[in-house]
Amino acid sequence: MIVAAQFSPGTFVDAIHFMGNHAGLLLSKTGEHLELSGVALAIALVLALPLGLWLGHRHRGFLFAASVANVGRALPSLVLIAFGLTVLGIGFWNNTAALVVLAVPPILTNAYFAIDNIDRDVVEAARGMGFTERQILTRVELPLGLPLVVAGIRIAAIFVIATATIAAVAGGGGLGEIIVNQASYGLAGVVAASLCVSALAFLAALLLALVLRAASPRQGPAT
Amino acid sequence: MPTSAAEVVFDKATKLYPGRPEPAVDDLSLTVPAGEICVLVGPSGSGKTTALKLVNRLIYLTEGEIRIDGTKIYDLDVTELRRSIGYVIQQVGLFPHMTVEANVGTVPRLLGWPKQRIRERSAELLELVGLDPAQDGARYPAQLSGGQQQRVGLARALAANPPLMLMDEPFGAIDPIVRARLQDEFLRLQQELRKTVLFVTHDIDEAIKIGDRIAIFRQGGKLAQYDTPEAILRRPIDDFVAEFVGADRALKALALRTLGELELGPPRDGPRATKDTTLRDALALLIDEHADIVAVTDADGAVVGSVTRDDLLQ
Repeated sequence: MIVAAQFSPGTFVDAIHFMGNHAGLLLSKTGEHLELSGVALAIALVLALPLGLWLGHRHRGFLFAASVANVGRALPSLVLIAFGLTVLGIGFWNNTAALVVLAVPPILTNAYFAIDNIDRDVVEAARGMGFTERQILTRVELPLGLPLVVAGIRIAAIFVIATATIAAVAGGGGLGEIIVNQASYGLAGVVAASLCVSALAFLAALLLALVLRAASPRQGPAT
Repeated sequence: MPTSAAEVVFDKATKLYPGRPEPAVDDLSLTVPAGEICVLVGPSGSGKTTALKLVNRLIYLTEGEIRIDGTKIYDLDVTELRRSIGYVIQQVGLFPHMTVEANVGTVPRLLGWPKQRIRERSAELLELVGLDPAQDGARYPAQLSGGQQQRVGLARALAANPPLMLMDEPFGAIDPIVRARLQDEFLRLQQELRKTVLFVTHDIDEAIKIGDRIAIFRQGGKLAQYDTPEAILRRPIDDFVAEFVGADRALKALALRTLGELELGPPRDGPRATKDTTLRDALALLIDEHADIVAVTDADGAVVGSVTRDDLLQ
């Protein structure tokens, strides 16, 4: 009979030991985790970012953008993975699809509202001076809306990295495989893998925060 | 670089919006001679701003045509058309993420001028509108006052030396004292630059002060009268125009002329006023002083002639 180990402060010490002893395993699982998250995020970006930016530029599709946000929030990823099992089978693409569905809403809605909310007078001045529609988007709207756009990507990245953990239930690999398999890796392994997930999510958030800071438009101190 | 001003012709220009029975601009025909300021004025909903935006195709023309120097605007590429027209709006619309200098250099940058030339042009224009290129040029729009922002907006519109300027209530959001100063400076600039200007305002006093010609619009996008300020004040074509220019239109007409423009009588005693005093101010002086004769002086204060109350009111 397996008795679930009780958590104690000592577990963290055990987890650190686990990391030292199984560095190779954790590294390869972290690699899988990153690959799954990265591919899902990249697909979501390709799907959602241009669409959100363009809809925002045209000030069209408010209902669409808002609905995507709500549907995205209402769909549990685990349900999607279970459903995907019947369509895509076990493995990488089933999990990727579920994570894409998770990542699209924050990217799309943030991109939409970032651009939609840019001061209309600024945009009209640009149009009246002879910017093409593409130049308006890339030189005026995108720089001004960038903080909100990047914030959406950051939310999506954190969601995806955290949720990629459950991919293990459908053979998707990643750090989740350790977390759902306490029988093999013990509580120390579960905690070690969890810490790795947290660290990944934190690093992704940090990285995007730095990107945001580097890319934010300077507007000078307000008077 | 084309520096000459352009003639603008509205030829039966009509703007209809789908689902609205009344046109926004109704069969508008008017010619703005090159180098003149034409003020479009009227109550809200009279189509003056719509008429302006038809020219740079921010609003699509339904019927008729508009020609700039004889070329139909729909025969031109829309971005080229817009880059050749200066555009100033009430809310200024400066790019908050760019420095003042970069804002002013916008159209030259779109036109692909060399960097050095853009810098020089920006500095030249900032100086022209009364800002300091070294200091103000490096600032961001949020760091400027409303009046300074509108100066930058004007400099930005002038950057590529367009033969035509469209100005949509450019001084509307600025307090009266600064507005009067900006109007004066704009007129001084225009003396030098001689652009063709289409200028929208709802303020008839601004129209009279700024305009070489005034186009008064009425509800339904109809042109009520198109004439010089003096003709509109002295001979309003109908009750609408008379009411729009105001019951004090006789006084406003007096404000258009100065004592120097009258035939002066021999020097006589009376309250003194210089030659560039307006007839309106001279009349106010007579009322104030309970006098009948103004002693007209030159700039040095020497009496050079006189004007009677009757002369003023003729």
